Amino acid sequence: MLRTDCLRSIYSELEKCLVVTIMGAVATELQSLGHSPNFFYLQHAMGLASSTGLGLALCLPRQKVVVFDGDGSLLMNLGTLSTLARYKPKNLVHVVFDNESLLSVGGFPTATSTGSDLEGIARAAGIPRASTVRTVEEFKAATRQAILGDGLQMIVAKVEPVGPEAFVTDLGLLENRFQFRRYIQSLAAKSH
Amino acid sequence: MPVSLENSKIIYTALKACGIRLLSALPETWLVHLIQIAEGDPEMTLVRLAKEEEGVGLSAGAHFAGVKSAMLMQNHGYLASINGIVSFAHLYKVPLLMLITYRGSFGERDPWQTQGGNVTEALLRAMNIPYSFLDAPASVERRIRQAHTLAESSLQPVALLLTRDLMWVE
Repeated sequence: MLRTDCLRSIYSELEKCLVVTIMGAVATELQSLGHSPNFFYLQHAMGLASSTGLGLALCLPRQKVVVFDGDGSLLMNLGTLSTLARYKPKNLVHVVFDNESLLSVGGFPTATSTGSDLEGIARAAGIPRASTVRTVEEFKAATRQAILGDGLQMIVAKVEPVGPEAFVTDLGLLENRFQFRRYIQSLAAKSH
Repeated sequence: MPVSLENSKIIYTALKACGIRLLSALPETWLVHLIQIAEGDPEMTLVRLAKEEEGVGLSAGAHFAGVKSAMLMQNHGYLASINGIVSFAHLYKVPLLMLITYRGSFGERDPWQTQGGNVTEALLRAMNIPYSFLDAPASVERRIRQAHTLAESSLQPVALLLTRDLMWVE
């Protein structure tokens, strides 16, 4: 299963969500499908994409928030799972692309390649619903259901350790950040 | 417990007056009253963290959402947050109001706190984080307001060091 095919399969569902991604292949591949002002790419600070999603979800309880995380990033901040489980925001979907490697720095294997099970860790941390998917069809069904449904969910997507040729895009980090905030402000203005 | 409840209330009132509605916190002795007050306040979203660095992401998310936030942590929690501050708050110009208890400074009796005390200000300076002290009840409200104003106008982290003189009743 390729991460880019997974992203493509649910791309249209992201239109009304706030989306936070990690750095590297996830950010680049989502952008290559078409950037949108409701997408924020956290191009460093590994481990904090889910914390950012939690902040958004708690502050905007009527807004669906989707985090695209990765095994390397999540392993740097496993404590986040206990924090997510503690507050269980109903409007947060935590997708973890697990390619069992730190792809963007040369493909070094992570601990999920030697048996660490992120779904199991999430369940044990108290995340109410966690699943692992291995095909694009499974991914699409699980993620679509999580976005349209209610309740904190984690979806671990086992993907191939392949990504784009290059990771730098022409979208400036600050441009992305200010555009994202303005998008949220425009939502607030519309709802008033 | 000889942590000043009175001065904790003054700090909390000042945070509320700035419009702070989300607090991330990791407990430490000097923060117990502040966390308990926040927990009992229906207007405040209190997020108890596993590690302080998560608070950088929480505050960034809150800022994007248009909600004002602050972080309560010990200085060792600041040390544990450094990458998040540099590669999120600084990189993406995210305002952070960091209230940091200044353990390991003059009067510290706990040997395990002393090394953190030695490096706290040097690291704040090295990271170009503007900082000041909360050391007397009369100036708490003004300093918090000024720190918050600077964080919001400069879109960067600003630190307030909570001192023993303010937090501890001998």
